[in-house]
Amino acid sequence: MPADAFTLEHLKTILREGAGTDESVDLDADIIDTAFEDLGYESLALLETAGRIERELAISLDEEVLARARTPRELIDLVNTHLPAARAL
Amino acid sequence: MTPRTWVTGLGVAAPTGLGIEAYWSATLAGRSAIGRVTHFDPSPYPCRLAGQISGFEAAEHLPGRLLPQTDRMTRIALVGADWAFADAGVVPSELPDYDVGVITASHSGGFEFGQNELRALWSKGGQYVSAYQSFAWFYAVNSGQISIRGGLRGPSSVVVSDQAGGLDAVAQARRQIRKGTGMVISGAVDASICPWGWVAQLTSGRLSTSDDPERAYLPFDDRARGHVPGEGGALMVLENAGHALERGAPRVYGEIAGHASTLDPRPGADRAPTLQNAIELALKDAESAPEDISVVFADAAAVPELDRAEAEAITKVFGPRGVPVTAPKTTTGRLYSGAAPLDLAAAFLSIRDGVIPPTAGSTLSNTYEIDLVTGTARPAELRSALVLARGQGGFNSAMVVRAVDHTRL
Repeated sequence: MPADAFTLEHLKTILREGAGTDESVDLDADIIDTAFEDLGYESLALLETAGRIERELAISLDEEVLARARTPRELIDLVNTHLPAARAL
Repeated sequence: MTPRTWVTGLGVAAPTGLGIEAYWSATLAGRSAIGRVTHFDPSPYPCRLAGQISGFEAAEHLPGRLLPQTDRMTRIALVGADWAFADAGVVPSELPDYDVGVITASHSGGFEFGQNELRALWSKGGQYVSAYQSFAWFYAVNSGQISIRGGLRGPSSVVVSDQAGGLDAVAQARRQIRKGTGMVISGAVDASICPWGWVAQLTSGRLSTSDDPERAYLPFDDRARGHVPGEGGALMVLENAGHALERGAPRVYGEIAGHASTLDPRPGADRAPTLQNAIELALKDAESAPEDISVVFADAAAVPELDRAEAEAITKVFGPRGVPVTAPKTTTGRLYSGAAPLDLAAAFLSIRDGVIPPTAGSTLSNTYEIDLVTGTARPAELRSALVLARGQGGFNSAMVVRAVDHTRL
């Protein structure tokens, strides 16, 4: 996974691998601003997702900040602020 | 009057068959599912045979969100619960949340899931351990996942007393029904045929080291040399009789009529084992006399001293060859907490069809004075059955089930 930007595609791959998908939800639809709750992901699924993001990107995410990310866009933005490219700016 | 507890739905997942009729036809035919372990390579281990469920594809039955967070035993239990509710004509989500409880038994928890995560922990590091490890290997996880899936918020718990737990959980469910809960899903599934589960079971010293599936698990036989482990079990819908009548339950398999559990004295103590007490107390609880019992489903340890203790307890209560005794678990292996719920299912199906399934493979030792049903199934008019289960550490449990007179419904 390229470390210069974390994208929705990366997130979808991680969600599928780590937490699985709800049959009633199409992750390939326009979900960027859909609440994780409406996508069938509860807090534990997001904990698993965050853990996978952390180890794949070799970054560390603050749990309390993480808890405020309620949609894919918010989580992606949060992750991107932690990437080395962002930190270098 | 104390409310009656009826069984109105069964969900069976056994090595010999998935679903009631597949299991039951194999059981009546004495068809065994014992064979060499295929879930992992058993060749480095002293025991290499098991009763394994084949053809269970969890993804065909369960939503994708559940797969990354469930051990094999939980997947089988969830599907078993679905089948039991369907058999009972119940859609859990349509019932009030607090009306239905979940009380299962567990022997070891989700060992395969735990093994995989512990391997990840020690080979790659803590960040590779699934967040779902937090509950996926718990004893209580089957109760929890069944509860979440069905939205069931009634009295819920897990009972852990090795193989005896399969009856103790159903007894606990009956207690909750007597206290006012309309319905409880109960029973158990264990499935830990993985290297970690295997070495844990080996420590009992009670596993058969035979490589011959026909001769590996022979309870009450002079050749008895331990048991073969298996995976699976049964879930069942228990219901207050009035609740079942009121909603027009499509079928009633019978009543959970009596139960007792006892604990043996410590090894070396100068006191007798207590299985006989458990049987007598269960009969008393059921307001039954020994002659009211039509058949006994034995624990069938296949360890000579344990077979002797069980045969003697049965003979003391029922007299020499006083009641038919059978152990259909010879076709599945011992399923730990799943064994007794499966025997309860077999007992209800025996009552339904008027036939006792055989103990597969065993030839009765002439040192035991019991009427062991061997060879082929035996037709019989059955009104009531006694199911026995023992757990390592001295657990004994006995449960009486009986027919419900349908003409009086």
